[in-house]
Amino acid sequence: MKSTIKGLVWIIAVIGFGVGLYGMFLRFTTGDRLTDYGSYIPWGLWVAFYIYFIGLSAGSFLLSTLVYVARIEKLEKIGKLALFTAFGCLVAALLSIWMDLGHMARVGNVLLHMNLSSMMSWMGILYSSYFGIVIIELWFALRSDLVKTAKTGSGGSRTLARLLSFGSSDISAEARAADHAKLRVLGIIGIPLAIAFHGGVGALFGVIQARPHWNTPLMPITFLIGALASSGALLTAVVYIWGPDKSKEQLNDIMRFLGKIVLALVLFDFLLEISEFLIGLYSMVPAERLPLEAILHGHFWYVFWIVHLLIGVVIPVIILFARAVPKGRPDKPAGGLIAFACLLVAVTFIAVRFNIVIPAQINPEIPGLQYAFSGPGLKFTYLPTTMEWLVSTWVTSFGVLLFLIGEKLLPIVNPEHREAA
Amino acid sequence: MALIDVERHEIRERMMNDLQRALKKPINKRHWAMVIDQAKCVGCTACTTACVAENHLPPGVVYRPVVETEVGKYPNVRKTFLPRPCMQCDDPPCVKVCPAHATWKRPDGIVEINYNRCIGCRYCISACPYSARTFDKGFFYTDGTPEIMDYEKEPSFEYGREWPRRNRETSPIGNARKCTYCIHRVEKGILPACVTTCIGDATYFGDRNDPESLVAELLGSPRARKLREEEGTKPTTTYLV
Repeated sequence: MKSTIKGLVWIIAVIGFGVGLYGMFLRFTTGDRLTDYGSYIPWGLWVAFYIYFIGLSAGSFLLSTLVYVARIEKLEKIGKLALFTAFGCLVAALLSIWMDLGHMARVGNVLLHMNLSSMMSWMGILYSSYFGIVIIELWFALRSDLVKTAKTGSGGSRTLARLLSFGSSDISAEARAADHAKLRVLGIIGIPLAIAFHGGVGALFGVIQARPHWNTPLMPITFLIGALASSGALLTAVVYIWGPDKSKEQLNDIMRFLGKIVLALVLFDFLLEISEFLIGLYSMVPAERLPLEAILHGHFWYVFWIVHLLIGVVIPVIILFARAVPKGRPDKPAGGLIAFACLLVAVTFIAVRFNIVIPAQINPEIPGLQYAFSGPGLKFTYLPTTMEWLVSTWVTSFGVLLFLIGEKLLPIVNPEHREAA
Repeated sequence: MALIDVERHEIRERMMNDLQRALKKPINKRHWAMVIDQAKCVGCTACTTACVAENHLPPGVVYRPVVETEVGKYPNVRKTFLPRPCMQCDDPPCVKVCPAHATWKRPDGIVEINYNRCIGCRYCISACPYSARTFDKGFFYTDGTPEIMDYEKEPSFEYGREWPRRNRETSPIGNARKCTYCIHRVEKGILPACVTTCIGDATYFGDRNDPESLVAELLGSPRARKLREEEGTKPTTTYLV
């Protein structure tokens, strides 16, 4: 069953990568001309995918600190998996936002000509620091296993392990204890960093006074809760498919534990959403009201009602209540269904990100502006074009392939060994 | 309206003289300002067209649209017109959010963009409460015809530099763009294109730091209003309503 799912993920990722290449070709040959974002709705699908992926990354990282900082024994074996998921998502996020720039070659200006009053500059600083922490932490988490693979492994794994162990060879108990101590320190630094990074991206939207739908102090909090809910869900599905499953009871236990966390987070995220809708819809101010009305009964009502609410909240919550919260027979295997529910949450969360980015921009800042002058991009409607979808497909497939190849070649999961102290 | 006690031909002469006086001062002593009399605007959009021609604006880029608002119900309908250049805010939100210091407030009040530094993230476009910035995606009017015409590749002279459109990659393509108050003309002693082409003399331009200038006089009018002042952006562009 699991090998079928793994095979299916490989096939989808390879097809996505291949088909998406055409989108990338168009992106590099036609620039922004085939996209539907423009002057009045400047941010579109790629920005939504960016915040989706960094949410998945920051959340996965924070969950990994349950292992390396909080030292929750139950989760020991999935620490590396969580870190590697954080890494894969972070790379996909970077690619997505890079494609969105009008001048891709100038991306370095964000750090070279830093403007500390811009949340986007902060995003650059925090992204780089966070990326560094994830890489270093991943290396220390993998070090002893890399050394072992370099000695005993075979084929590509062995070569890669030799390369990545950077000459390190000590796998004594003391050396591993030192690794764990370093991981703890890195995790402790990483927690505020991951919160600042993802919360900071929430603030990037939150500080835009010109778009009242974004302009709320709760924005960073909403981003973080969403990040934890979506990444917790992704990680739960990933653990079921790729995680350590030597002991069925243990896996069942981990799945139920993660399932409960995801259930709580999805419900808390939903609570924030209800609050946002009830307060916002009470308002008479068009800029507050219109985005919410567009989400609920605009042209794309199904993004909220079907994709997000039904598939992303109602169905998973029912499944998780039934399976992750044990009633009567706590030992009954429930991993598959929990993983399925979590996969639904993780995948459909892009709808939430989409509804954060787009609807806030549909209200004309000056009424009637859309009729004053016409031209490409001078409109307050947005529908991602095929090219935009293809680029996002490529970026997503790239991230998934990076994960799949890494999982094959690197000692991300080692059922024989426990990794945390 | 009673404020302007000058004949029509004298308005332009006076603004030209104001300009000459301002240009003799150091840059930080002058502060360019535009005043638009909505009561005199007839909505002809000559300013919009002149601006497009002057700055060689491609499809999808507009610096000064004229927004029409209809009041009343047919047959009792009236229209008001709101030309919307850049507000050249004293506290510009676009400058604050730029991650690359690619846009800044000049000492003479103009919000300038360094096209060669702008990364095209469009954060400034999101942050402007007037939608005054537009994104140059690299279109040509003669796209889809056998040949892109040479006149479309001619340079614009924004900020006193040459910005040709020889290909679809180099700036200002891929950048955020906006009204410059035609500073390249102003620094040569010529009024902005929208001012000289306005058929009703509804747009005034000059140095607001000069008490003798026409704009300084008009800024004291009880009819003077700023657009969306509640945003705290302190716009320079002022409307007479």
